[in-house]
Amino acid sequence: MGDGSFTISHYLEKEEVGMASKSKSASLDRKKLLSDPVMVGMIVILLVFLTLFICYPLFVLLIDSVYTEGQVTLDVFRRVLSMQRFRQAFGNTVVLGLLTSLLSTLIGLLFAYVDVYVKVKNKTVGRLFNIVSLLPVVSPPFVLSLSTIMLFGRSGIITRSLLHIYDSNVYGLKGIVVVQTLTFFPVCYMMLKGLLKNIDPSLEEAARDIGASRMKVFGTVTLPLLLPGIGNAFLVTFIESVADFANPMLIGGDYDTLATTIYLQVTGSYDSTGAAAMSVVLLSLTLILFFVQKYYLERKTAATLTGKASRARMLIEDKSVTIPLTIFCSLVAVFVIIMYIMIPFGALFKLWGRDYSLSWKWFDYLFKYSGFKAFKDSFLLSIIAAPITALLSMVISYLVVKKKFKSKGFIEFVSMLAMAVPGTVLGIGYIRGYANGIFHTGIMSGLYGTGLILIIVFIIRSLPVGTRSGISALRQIDKSIEESAYDLGAGSGKVFMTVTLPLIKDSFFSGLVTSFVRSITAISAIILLVTPQFLLITCQINEFAEKGYYGVACAYATILILIVYFSVLLMNLFIRFFGTSRKIKEEN
Amino acid sequence: MLESKGIRLEHISKIYQDPKTGKDFKAVDDANLTIEPGSFVTLLGPSGCGKTTTLRMIAGFESPDEGEIYLGDQPINELTPNKRDTAMVFQSYALFPHYNVFDNVAYGLKLRKMDKDTIRKKVMDILELVELGGMEGRMTNQLSGGQQQRVALARALVVEPSVLLFDEPLSNLDAKLRVSMRTEIRNIQQRVGITAVYVTHDQSEAMALSDQIIIMNKGVVAQIGTPQEIYYRPKDAFVANFIGEANFLQGKLVSREGHKGVMRIYDHQVEVENVEDFAQDENCTLVLRPESATIETEGQLPCEVIMSCFMGSYQHYHVKVGDVVVQITDFNPRYKKIFQVGDRAYVKFNACDSHLLKTV
Repeated sequence: MGDGSFTISHYLEKEEVGMASKSKSASLDRKKLLSDPVMVGMIVILLVFLTLFICYPLFVLLIDSVYTEGQVTLDVFRRVLSMQRFRQAFGNTVVLGLLTSLLSTLIGLLFAYVDVYVKVKNKTVGRLFNIVSLLPVVSPPFVLSLSTIMLFGRSGIITRSLLHIYDSNVYGLKGIVVVQTLTFFPVCYMMLKGLLKNIDPSLEEAARDIGASRMKVFGTVTLPLLLPGIGNAFLVTFIESVADFANPMLIGGDYDTLATTIYLQVTGSYDSTGAAAMSVVLLSLTLILFFVQKYYLERKTAATLTGKASRARMLIEDKSVTIPLTIFCSLVAVFVIIMYIMIPFGALFKLWGRDYSLSWKWFDYLFKYSGFKAFKDSFLLSIIAAPITALLSMVISYLVVKKKFKSKGFIEFVSMLAMAVPGTVLGIGYIRGYANGIFHTGIMSGLYGTGLILIIVFIIRSLPVGTRSGISALRQIDKSIEESAYDLGAGSGKVFMTVTLPLIKDSFFSGLVTSFVRSITAISAIILLVTPQFLLITCQINEFAEKGYYGVACAYATILILIVYFSVLLMNLFIRFFGTSRKIKEEN
Repeated sequence: MLESKGIRLEHISKIYQDPKTGKDFKAVDDANLTIEPGSFVTLLGPSGCGKTTTLRMIAGFESPDEGEIYLGDQPINELTPNKRDTAMVFQSYALFPHYNVFDNVAYGLKLRKMDKDTIRKKVMDILELVELGGMEGRMTNQLSGGQQQRVALARALVVEPSVLLFDEPLSNLDAKLRVSMRTEIRNIQQRVGITAVYVTHDQSEAMALSDQIIIMNKGVVAQIGTPQEIYYRPKDAFVANFIGEANFLQGKLVSREGHKGVMRIYDHQVEVENVEDFAQDENCTLVLRPESATIETEGQLPCEVIMSCFMGSYQHYHVKVGDVVVQITDFNPRYKKIFQVGDRAYVKFNACDSHLLKTV
């Protein structure tokens, strides 16, 4: 007894000594941090910004759905859950998510496998693959929905004009699944391609050498190595599909998903508390998937596929394998490209399905009725949001990768969390959180309905993408380069501006363009927050497509695609001529 | 000429958390160091001994958990690296890849808001000093490893810091370049008269460069001294083993008189010196450097040759004294008698080459 207590108290004493002395370095680090005003300022700004515009709106949703008239109650949930419409939407969303992510992952895997493993002699096929991998970056939402309707709808060019089917119905689950799959599979393709490239070919050669057939090798070596990555791609697509608003809106018909139901609950039934409760359900769904993906699968992927491939892979030349695979992938790619080509034609034909003579009438119509204003508003808001987003995401990456301070974990977590928040949910959060000021007190109520809140939404929606690319760019840069600048007398702000930023110029610029593109093509959160004083291209497309004016919708979409395309072109030119990464890579 | 300052570390400890076990451990444990102004001091030790952590605490990148660091007479614990009058040369050179040589070197001067002409003159002068005159327009990736390291040195020197810090600056260079660069670093340091703290795990580098060597082991300072003191008078077996090769022979001090004494090793009486710290009849260990002993037909300790190998400049022997294997390097063996494996002979050495350690 005496012995035991001695050991414990002895242990405690030791622990205490350790804690006390460890706190000295912590307090010194804090003092050093505080003597750097730029850095402290930046951290405070970020903390306030992220708390106000990500944490708070989501928190408000939660509060709203459990707290009515001064007491905590589950009434709202009970009411929402008893709605047949809601239960239906929940089931629909899950079914849609499963189908879309299953198909996207499969097609993506096939593309990745052909790209990395199969010898493709034809150069055009390679170019097709390239275009397909670029499309998700530049594609505005619901472009594919529009062209699917134009190809297979009631007056579709294939269904009506070629096959003479007059009662074709593309709306509903099948329409959304096709459109979402075509939209999201390129993302899976790019993710899996990266992983396949990291598999050391000698692993597979060893299995072949022992006597395994090619199928056997794929099943017993390649696939197991890839499995966490496949799961990862599946979940990422699932989240995207569940959060997608534009496509179900346009081509869903009466197949309502959570995202569209929430939207209708606000705009149709004016029931924003109900919408808040629904949003909490949708958010929980995406968050759970996000956590599994981020903290389980992503780590597992990193653990199984670490090293770089030691040498070039022997590509498959066996014609019985290459020909069917290449043909299938090329067909899919050509189909996707045709769908994009449909859009300008949709804008140029006089009347889709009836009169295929060319005319400018839809463009004339567009510019006669507030088209200019829509482009001006969309362009202006996006061009303001883009540099702020790019700079913020680089600052966040810098702090996360290169600095240590207490709230770092919070900043990193919250800026990544934004990725898992569906736009619709964020939109409802802003309505509930800011329409009557913060916590319905009237403070900051001036924000609601302004262009500023739209800009903030743009920023929040693009921040995770920029931050992720910034973090991976910064991880490549030797820590001591910044330390040497710091050591020579530069403060954090100076180090960031003179060393860090120039070294990740490429990442910064691509972040700039990406957030511009994402902003100008955004719809889900924006459509809930936009007020009549602002006309946005995406909302216009949605409106005209809903009314069945596909010509005008296509005219808008055509110009939008052109804007996006030229932005990306500009980005590539800039990186080619002014980029730093080439120089740095050469050195390494 | 710049004003160089000394550095003082008083009871410095640094605690880290072991990432695997989650337990705290002391990376540096109660280090007390005094570095004289203008001297070249090396922190030497195996990897993980705390030498780099110590250097980074002096630079300000890490904060100590105990103790205080002084630069001159000023305590600097609370100063950030950019406010400390130190400049560091990094292992990876850490040159700014987006700047050319001139702008790299001028970086620190621009931060000090000097006018353009002064900057230009200072940069050119320092580039001349490190023998890179005419290279100022090159991008850093067009330089060889040695040239890059010179740019890094120039960039640190040009801001005229009170102390220059080196973090294994030569370990990325090939062996030949390493030797010529270390001579150059030493020359420049002496010409400028700056205090230098140099971290390395390469003992020959430490020997060649230093006024003082600080040997660290497992976070603790094992010994501080000139290269000669460290080599000839190691304080313990770790230091003796870490610097050069050493043979250890256990025995007992049977008599002593002044600094001379007699030690008994396996029933053989051996004359030794430097016995001041030992008492009569105390167990002790004789440290014998391989090059300070030879093999002869007569001598102090009888032995049996178990390996004999011609290495060019010396004959390398392993001999057995009792059950201890002793290494001997007999230099310039051309006209000497070469013993073969199995021969019986004697280990011979001068009493003044002996060094005793306490037996633990």
